This record gives sequence, structure tokens and C-alpha cells, in this order.
Amino acid sequence: MAAKDVLGRRGEDLAARYLEQQGLVVLSRNWRCRLGELDLVATDSERLVVCEVKTRSSTRFGAPAEAVDGRKAARIRRVAHAWLAAHHVRWCEVRFDVLAVIAAPGAPVTVQHYEAAF
Amino acid sequence: MPLARAHSVALLGVDGHVVEIEADVGGGLPRFNLVGLPDAALNESKDRVRAAIVNSGRIWPNERIVLALSPATLRKAGSGFDLALACAVLGASGVLPQSGLDGTVLLGELALDGRLRSVRGVLPGLLAARDAGMRRAVVPESALVEAALVDGIEVHGAASLGQALAFLQGGCTLPRPGPVEHDAAPEPPDLADVLGQEDARHAVEIAAAGGHHVLLVGPPGTGKTMLAQRFVGLLPRLTAEEALGLAAVRSVAGRLPGGGALSTVPPFVAPHHSSSMAALVGGGGGIARPGAVSLAHLGVLFMDEAPEWGASLLDALRTPLEEGEVRLARAEGTVQYPARFQLVLAANPCPCAPAHDRDCVCPSLIRRRYLGRLSGPLLDRVDLRARMFPVTGLAAATGAAEDTATVRARVHAARAAAAARWASLGWRTNAEVPGPVLRTRFALPRPAVRPLDAGLRAGELTARGADRALRVAWTLADLAGRDRPDEDLVETALFFRDRRAA
Repeated sequence: MAAKDVLGRRGEDLAARYLEQQGLVVLSRNWRCRLGELDLVATDSERLVVCEVKTRSSTRFGAPAEAVDGRKAARIRRVAHAWLAAHHVRWCEVRFDVLAVIAAPGAPVTVQHYEAAF
Repeated sequence: MPLARAHSVALLGVDGHVVEIEADVGGGLPRFNLVGLPDAALNESKDRVRAAIVNSGRIWPNERIVLALSPATLRKAGSGFDLALACAVLGASGVLPQSGLDGTVLLGELALDGRLRSVRGVLPGLLAARDAGMRRAVVPESALVEAALVDGIEVHGAASLGQALAFLQGGCTLPRPGPVEHDAAPEPPDLADVLGQEDARHAVEIAAAGGHHVLLVGPPGTGKTMLAQRFVGLLPRLTAEEALGLAAVRSVAGRLPGGGALSTVPPFVAPHHSSSMAALVGGGGGIARPGAVSLAHLGVLFMDEAPEWGASLLDALRTPLEEGEVRLARAEGTVQYPARFQLVLAANPCPCAPAHDRDCVCPSLIRRRYLGRLSGPLLDRVDLRARMFPVTGLAAATGAAEDTATVRARVHAARAAAAARWASLGWRTNAEVPGPVLRTRFALPRPAVRPLDAGLRAGELTARGADRALRVAWTLADLAGRDRPDEDLVETALFFRDRRAA
């Protein structure tokens, strides 16, 4: 695995743990289909929470959350529809969150949670 | 608090409008939206503001930021909003207390490293802020000299965003403007330098006393330009309010001279005859900028080689001459600049212009056409025409010439007399008085106006020309210390507008 993928994997682990600390239940991790991938799918027992996790080791190239643009958001929406269809969920409220993880070497990891980001 | 409010000023010509800038931080992915009719330069300020905040060692909130400029329908232009935008963002992210932003106008462009750069129009901006009830202002340190001219608002100068923030957070003082110096500009050259030219000197004296426009015709080297330059010395110094109005125009034009003094010397503006329309009356895309006629407000606009000017340029002067202001309509709004200037036109009698007229080699038709380029409607507005003659002897003319101080004393006395007469009607000089008033309320006895009737009957004089002659006659009466003009003075007034003199 390339270094960036190791970092991304670590970020997703941290993000999943963070969500569980918040009382959410993680339903899927790295769910893939033809259209793309969902990093984390969770639920807070009222609605489905689809999370995009962005991990960076520094903010030298910008904040992690800035990398989530309109195109990325649109793709996540499409994949979320596929997830609902694949799991035979009839109708439910869906919230799209972004978790920005900064894992700088030798510093405590920070997780910033943008609820209902798009 | 995720919401903050800062203030800046949008300029429309020389009129400023206080703009409220609201910042809302939070509730989404990092994004920076600027709403409320910003122009291209203002939209670019998003990037400048962000870089300046980060490079000043402050934290840029990594959240959704919405900045709203209100009133939203007013077109906002330029980079002067940078400081206010930065402070609104930092206020909303909790760095600055809202109490520090209340009642404070923030002006200035930010450099990427956080330095605060000066912008055009600080002076009118502060005047508008003061009139809108703002308590204090932070401006770029380099604009403090300009800001010193405005009283009634507490002005502070910051060299960088960091300094401005420290000040707004409290517990730090910033440089204040120094005292305003008056009369720092050098005295205009003295009238005693002009040799001979009794007619032209007299015309200039009358023009200064009554606020009339004047045309000087004569061969080169007779002192037309010298005389025009000395004209401003005869005019009264500007009052503090007038000087401030002029300084506001200069500030918008980016022409406010450094040094910090509020110049009370009336301006002398002498554009070259190749000037464009935009340079002369004002212009430019978007919002028009002031031109030479506005920079000469309350002073003298000197147009040398008047026949060489394009006909359209000369005729463009007609409206400002009549109305004392120019209104320039552009895509983004109509602006109004003051333009109450005195016009001094200078012309050679013909294109070849020898020292002595008898040496002229121009065909008569060319000669006639040359001055014919000055259109009738324009010349109708020029009350005084004076012929200048070649200097015939250097020795003869020395010693006798009056200096500026002597003539100025007479001019001021005449102006005071005119001002006292028109005070209740709201005019200050004879040139401002409308013709109908001179013909009705202040009508002269029949014998006095006989020369005018004769001129009108003979077709030598237009009705407007007759009004102008009446005005000059009143000025002559003021200079002579009489309470109203008689037939002699009306004759003299007609002498100065005789077309043969030009």
C-alpha cells in the first residue's frame, strides 16, 4: 500500500472510532460499487449518516475539508442512492457529513466534523 | 459568536455611502461567499483577505463563510473593503469582539503579507462615515495626512492588519493624524511681473471680481499664459469647507498632493489642447472619475491655444459652465462632480502668429476661420474678451505695474460688495446671477441700458450676451465703489465683449 493509502486507512479508522464515540452505529466501511465508494455509512437511529473522510498529514496543501468539492459531493450522493437500493432501504432521511482528519506526525490527531456539509 | 458586523464606505463619485459588512461563519464545508454586488476587484479581495489573515499569524476559520455587503443594491467597487472584510471574518470567528467593530469604519487594501495599503478616496469616505454617525475610523497609516483634513471623527492609522486587530481588540494605540497645516502651498506668481497689457490686466481684474470667464487674444510672447497663472492670486482663498470639497475631488481622482496641508489656494489647471474628453470633463468605465473641470473647481481652468482644441471638447464645457457641475452617466450609475471653475481661454489672433499683427501672412479666410473655431454658444458664456498687444518697450513698462496685493485688495472689496448685495438671494458673485433677475428686480434705469438696446437692435448682441454685459457692468460698478452701473459702465462692459476684440 502506498503511504497515502496507509494514511487514508488510518484516518478512516480514527473517523469510525470518533463516530462511535458520538453514539453512532457504523453500518458499512469502504462500501464500493460501480459508481464509486462510500468511506463510512452510519446511523444515529433516526437517519442515515453518510460520511466522507478526508485525511491529511499537514495543512500545507490546504485544509482536508477543502478537497471536498461539488463534483465529489455529487458522486457521494449518487453512490448513497446505490447503497440504499443495494440494502433495500425504502425511504429514510440521509445526512451527508465530512470528517476532516489531520494526522500530523508527532502531534495529536484532530478530527473536525462538518455535520450536514452538503 | 458566529456572526459579526463591520463597516466600510463605498464611493459613488465624491459621495460616500457607509456599507455594512456582515460575516457569518460556520455551517458547512470551507467556502467563501461574497454577496451584495461586488465588482471584480472586490471579488478578488477574497484571496487577499485570506492570505493576509493567515500571514498575520491569525487563524482562518475552516468553515463556510458568507460575507454580505449591505445595502445589497449599491454597486461596490475597489479594494478598499479588504480591511473591513478581514475584520468581519475574524469577528465572526471570535477573534475580535463585536464591541470593537461597532461604530468603526475600516478602510484599506490588504497586501498578502498583511500590510495595509492606501486606497483612493479616503477623504470623501471619512466625510461620509462622519455624516453617517460613525465614531471612529481605521485607515492605512499612509493615508493619515489625507485623513487629518476631516474633523468630527476619531481617525487611527494602521500599518498592517496585525496593528489594526490589536487596536480593535483594545489595549493598543495607533498613530493619530497630526494637526492640519493651512496655506502651505506657495503663493502664486505676482501680477507685477506682467509688462504693460493694461486692457488685459483690467479684464482679468474684472473677471476675478465678478467670477466671469475671460478670453485673452494676442500674439505669442505677450504674457497670456503669465497673466492666466497670476489670475488665481487675485481670487480669494478658499474657505475650509470649500477646500475640503476640492480635496475630496482630488482624493477621488487620486491627485491629492502629499504633505498633509489643506490647500486653500484656488486650483490652476491647464490641460494640454490634445486632452481627451474623459480627461477634460471626467470619465472612465463603470463609475466615471473626475476630469480637469472638476479639478479646477473653485479655481481657474486655463485653456491655452483655445482654437486648437477640438470643437466637441470646447462645446462639452458649456453645461459645466452653466450649471457649475458635471453629471456623468455610466453603466453603473450617474455621478455628479462639482465644476464651478472660471474659464480663461487664450488664443493667438491667427495660426502664423507673428509678434506684430502687420507681419501676418495668413490668408484672410484662414484668419477668420481660426477664431471661428471657438463656437458662438461657448463665446456667449465668456463675458470678457481682451486683446493683448506686443510689448513695445521694456523700460517704459517697468515700475508702473501694479502687484497682486494691490489688485487683490480691490477685487476683494468688489466681491464683498457683490456678496452683500446677493446674500439674501443665495449668490456670491455677479456671474452667478440669472439674467431675468438682472432685468427685473435689479433692472437699471432706461438711459443706462441704452447701449444694450442698440446692440440688440443691430443684431450685434444676443439676449444672453446682453445679460452677460449687464453682469460685467455690475462688477465694474462694484470695483468702482458705486451702488449701480450707469451708461458709461455698461459701455465699458460692452467693450470687453465686442466680437471685434477677438
